[in-house]
Amino acid sequence: MKPPRVVGMAIDWVEARTGAVAFLAPLLTHHVPRNAKWWYVFGSATLMFFTIQLVTGVCLATLYAPSAAEAWESLRYIDEEVPFGWMLRALHGWSSNAMVVMMAIHMLQVFLHASYKFPRELNWVTGVFLLFTVLALAFTGQVMRWDQDAYWGLGIGASIADRIPVIGNQVRGLLLGGPIIGGETLSRFFALHVFVLPGAALGLIGLHLALIMKNGISEMPKVGATVEPATYRAEYEQRMEKDGVPFYPDAAQRDMVFCGACLVLLVVLAAVYGPFGPGGQPDPTLIDTNPRPDYPFLWIFGAVSLLPPASETAVMLVAPLVGVLALVAVPFFANAGERAPSRRPGMVLIASLAVMAVAALTWEGKTSPWSPVMNAWSALPTPEHFLAGRTPLEVQGANVFQFAQCRNCHSLDGLGGERGPALDAIATRMTPDQLMRQIQQGDGNMPAFGRNLDSAQMTALVSFLSTLRPEFEAPAVIPGAQLPLPVQRMPGEVVTPVAVGSQ
Amino acid sequence: MSDRIQDPGAHSPARGGDEKPCVNCGCAERTAKQDARRGFMFRFGAVLLGVGGAIAAVPILGTLLAPARRQASAWVSLGSADAFPAGQTRFATFLSPIRQPTDGDAAKTACWVRCISPGKYQVFAVNCAHLGCPVRWFAQSRLFMCPCHGGAYYEDGSRAAGPPPRGLFEYPWKIDGGNLMIEAGHLPGMEQST
Ligand code: HEC
Repeated sequence: MKPPRVVGMAIDWVEARTGAVAFLAPLLTHHVPRNAKWWYVFGSATLMFFTIQLVTGVCLATLYAPSAAEAWESLRYIDEEVPFGWMLRALHGWSSNAMVVMMAIHMLQVFLHASYKFPRELNWVTGVFLLFTVLALAFTGQVMRWDQDAYWGLGIGASIADRIPVIGNQVRGLLLGGPIIGGETLSRFFALHVFVLPGAALGLIGLHLALIMKNGISEMPKVGATVEPATYRAEYEQRMEKDGVPFYPDAAQRDMVFCGACLVLLVVLAAVYGPFGPGGQPDPTLIDTNPRPDYPFLWIFGAVSLLPPASETAVMLVAPLVGVLALVAVPFFANAGERAPSRRPGMVLIASLAVMAVAALTWEGKTSPWSPVMNAWSALPTPEHFLAGRTPLEVQGANVFQFAQCRNCHSLDGLGGERGPALDAIATRMTPDQLMRQIQQGDGNMPAFGRNLDSAQMTALVSFLSTLRPEFEAPAVIPGAQLPLPVQRMPGEVVTPVAVGSQ
Repeated sequence: MSDRIQDPGAHSPARGGDEKPCVNCGCAERTAKQDARRGFMFRFGAVLLGVGGAIAAVPILGTLLAPARRQASAWVSLGSADAFPAGQTRFATFLSPIRQPTDGDAAKTACWVRCISPGKYQVFAVNCAHLGCPVRWFAQSRLFMCPCHGGAYYEDGSRAAGPPPRGLFEYPWKIDGGNLMIEAGHLPGMEQST
């Protein structure tokens, strides 16, 4: 079907005055490698999600009240009273997570295929800056929710900043826009989230795309097809001339299909699962809260909990810098030679380890087994079979176990905190003396209860813990000492000494 | 430097003034003197921009950087000292004495007050010394516990377990007219001694 003549005339009119066609046409007609197939769709999808963010973000900005006194209430208003407001927030929230995921996949693909090698070093560098800009958008976006997670998340950021030697206090002040987390903090993050960071992202995206046009799309890596900076560009252009295919429609069709599918998925997710939060209202005197960062930061939350306290400050402050520098340095440290993953096992290993570490830490951050379960002591029942047939002293000990908040950190029957080991079978690992010592003195991650429990409570507690073992397993013994008489013995049960815990 | 700019594109029709028409085509002829003047004008403009920019930078940098230096605190009352019985640790809240009009609920602040014996207190910030999450007091085990990374503190605020590098932050206190007053302000942090 030919477009009517008037359309052509209109285009000519605009072209004569803007040169837009001459400028834009190469975007569609430039040649891309024939073998650049589905691997190459992730960048486009990231861009699509970014566009969604811009559009939904502007709409949200027309409804949101960026004031600490009203922000939370205005979100409730958007969710409940503005027609489709909840869907707008859902789209913005889901698309934000999707964008981070797409960007990570895109980056991984570029890393595995070594597309960052000559002449595309700066494509990579602008990409790294985009990564951090987008993560900053995600973090400032979490602050926009201005709920308890936002408040205490800022508190975590402030505590990290505060640990910077000498100027920590000043940096914290700059971050928060004042001496406390308050109105100016939200205004400051609002300015970052809606002006500074989107502006930076747009500029970087423009640069990133201009570099792609300048340097061309990289080919699929092939074993032996090494990158030689001296001759690469001429040879690449020759190959594209001879063997390349126009971006539109050959590659664009795949981008279209993938982005379309992503968008449909996004709309479905947003409609089905709705918006994120807001959580509890941002009143810092409501301390019955369990702050968690958004998904993109769970792995950092996980990582800081696993650091040994002695090195923690150093790692928290230095690791991000090292991370940024290492990412920026990648193409400078390896800008020529083989691109095939099979010839770069070290790089593949690094990428796999990084992915696994982030995945594992995210899981840890999500389940956060290191966090005490703050209401376990009052909310959880003592499993019946740990009470049946016990003496009053032992039952008393079971009470102490709950009331001394042991359950917040230790589970019975799989219920309770996981900060310390489950104690279902503790009597097979520790003798009463060892139990007594552990409880009185604690250790690195367990408080010492010596001053906090009196001796009657202590005796009861130890006698209860000494019954915690499966019937068919013998209690712990001190190596070389005489076996204590088992409390109950099944007919024909063989008593085998069990290795004693090292504490 | 040549007196004449060779690039024909630089020729523009004469606009009078002291620009002499050039011999070949009647366009304005560029002299070294004119170039020097244009260069001077450019530099002069740059100086004006610099001066104006420097003055404009005062409020720009001033507002952006001011929070780095603003450290304020003031005495604030937690109510009658009698509300904190000896041997107990109680939750107390106050409005930050350095709040701004736009702070909303965020100006509310919580703390834990331990009355060691009548007239002797310890007032702890709720913020865990690890990453600032709010710690909770458990009277039965006489421990503060943090919900984030499992930091724990004894009743005197000293570190009991977990990742915190130090004990809980404390506010200075005094009794004034029967009221327990604390000196509070900016978020508690590392500069504070235990
Ligand atoms: C703040 C969390 C916390 C609380 C509260 C706590 N523990 Fe622990 N407990 C731990 C941790 C963590 C360990 C593991 C010690 C280590 O890191 O080596 C542990 C270890 C133990 C062990 C040794 C387990 C083994 O398999 O080696 C026993 C027994 C124990 N705790 C009993 C108790 C009792 C009884 C109480 C209550 C009075 C209690 N704990 C309260 C965190 C806690």
